[in-house]
Amino acid sequence: MSRTTAVAVSSASLVLIVLLVAGVTHASGDPSAASAVAEVSRGSAMPWWAWPAILFVVTFLLGIAAVLGGVGGGVLFVPIVGGFFPFHIDFVRGAGLLVALAGALAAGPGLLKKGMADLRLAIPVALIASASAIVGAMLGLALPTNVIQTALGATILGIVAIMLMAKKSEYPHVGKADDLSTALRISGIYHEASTGQNVDWKIHRTPQGLATFVVIGVMAGMFGLGAGWANVPVLNLMMGVPLKVSVGTSKFLLSITDTSAAWIYVNNGAVLPMLVAPSVIGIMLGSIVGVRILARAKPAAIRQVVVGLLLFAGMRALLKGTGIWN
Amino acid sequence: MNEEMQAAELAVSKAKPVAPAAAAAKLQTHPAVSDEQLVYAQVLDMGVKIGFLVLVASFVPYLLGVLTPHIPVADLPRYWSLPVHDYLAATGMQAGWGWIHMLGKGDVLNFVGIAFLSGVSIVCYAVVAPMFFRNGDKIYGWLAVVEVLVLVLAASGLLKGGGH
Repeated sequence: MSRTTAVAVSSASLVLIVLLVAGVTHASGDPSAASAVAEVSRGSAMPWWAWPAILFVVTFLLGIAAVLGGVGGGVLFVPIVGGFFPFHIDFVRGAGLLVALAGALAAGPGLLKKGMADLRLAIPVALIASASAIVGAMLGLALPTNVIQTALGATILGIVAIMLMAKKSEYPHVGKADDLSTALRISGIYHEASTGQNVDWKIHRTPQGLATFVVIGVMAGMFGLGAGWANVPVLNLMMGVPLKVSVGTSKFLLSITDTSAAWIYVNNGAVLPMLVAPSVIGIMLGSIVGVRILARAKPAAIRQVVVGLLLFAGMRALLKGTGIWN
Repeated sequence: MNEEMQAAELAVSKAKPVAPAAAAAKLQTHPAVSDEQLVYAQVLDMGVKIGFLVLVASFVPYLLGVLTPHIPVADLPRYWSLPVHDYLAATGMQAGWGWIHMLGKGDVLNFVGIAFLSGVSIVCYAVVAPMFFRNGDKIYGWLAVVEVLVLVLAASGLLKGGGH
């Protein structure tokens, strides 16, 4: 990590923590709130500002882990914050969607300009996924909390299985483009910077791939997880998109899929600014640091830690949902 | 694996720039980036920067108590563990676009940044849709229009998730 970046990130972190402390002073100065300051959170001996401060630190670390582990921020955020913080899962999912959305929005312009995300591939996929995410978000807000927690736990454990078992193909073999992708002219060329070559690609099994994005969209909206964990295998292994374009297009897709779901959460009141702002800022600062230390890290070992974290958080959600560990 | 590698080598050997001359000249190392994609990226880039700025700019006054929040910060722990339906009933916070009438409140002001970030993709699509039509790409023009409608429907507040 460069000295400038380290100073910038440290300063930003310090400023946010100072502001949180300043918030305490403000709350203490307000006569109507003075008595409430002493009030503790439900089931906790901590003052109100402690949880947002811890949330900022944890999301900062999650931002680092997400980059090093090759996963999206949302997939770590929802089970971990939902499992170990006092916030209701409704607000955690709303914040999780906005965390994933913020990361995707920030990465989108660069990915599009470099050709690592493909707009022509993304547009039909995004239409299906975003419409499905609306349905998922509405279902998620209508279902009982224990059902959501249980389903979330099962989904996280499924994601762990996908991470452990799914193979990746740098350049999948696509013998012949299918009729639908040919009609939509979905194909492209991307510049492989490591070799300096241009790689052209086309896709197959487009109808099956699009149908799968109905399920992915529903799950993204229902759990607020983002969906990179599912997007990449479907684009890469099922539809035959080169791995780097799959990863880039998946990240860009989240900026559209999560937009539709995020609006449902915002409009239903399931967004608390005190959760969203520290989370978004924390995970973005963590991502910056994560990218900087990626070159020196050992990705395989870190990925195992991320898988372990997800496994633990998934079990926690499952046990919380079933009432075994509240 | 060998088959994949051969396919990859074949793909590499066949690769050739296809972008319009002007775009190709602008981005010689990224030969497949279309004009629509570049414009989308530029609009997104600008929108995201403004959105993050607004989000931070509204969160700082909230923490500092420059504007009185609708829910006092010290009371938040009473509410953040409630299901959203109960939270709305207990706090009197309005769902949908009701927050727009409460912008004088420190916490509600944060929704401006959140809404901006949640709305920037709609603007991107609205900008590139006419470009597709102008280039004779009616299918993608209509796909972009339908996406705008889907996102606007989601943003409209007409769709309710119910309570649990």
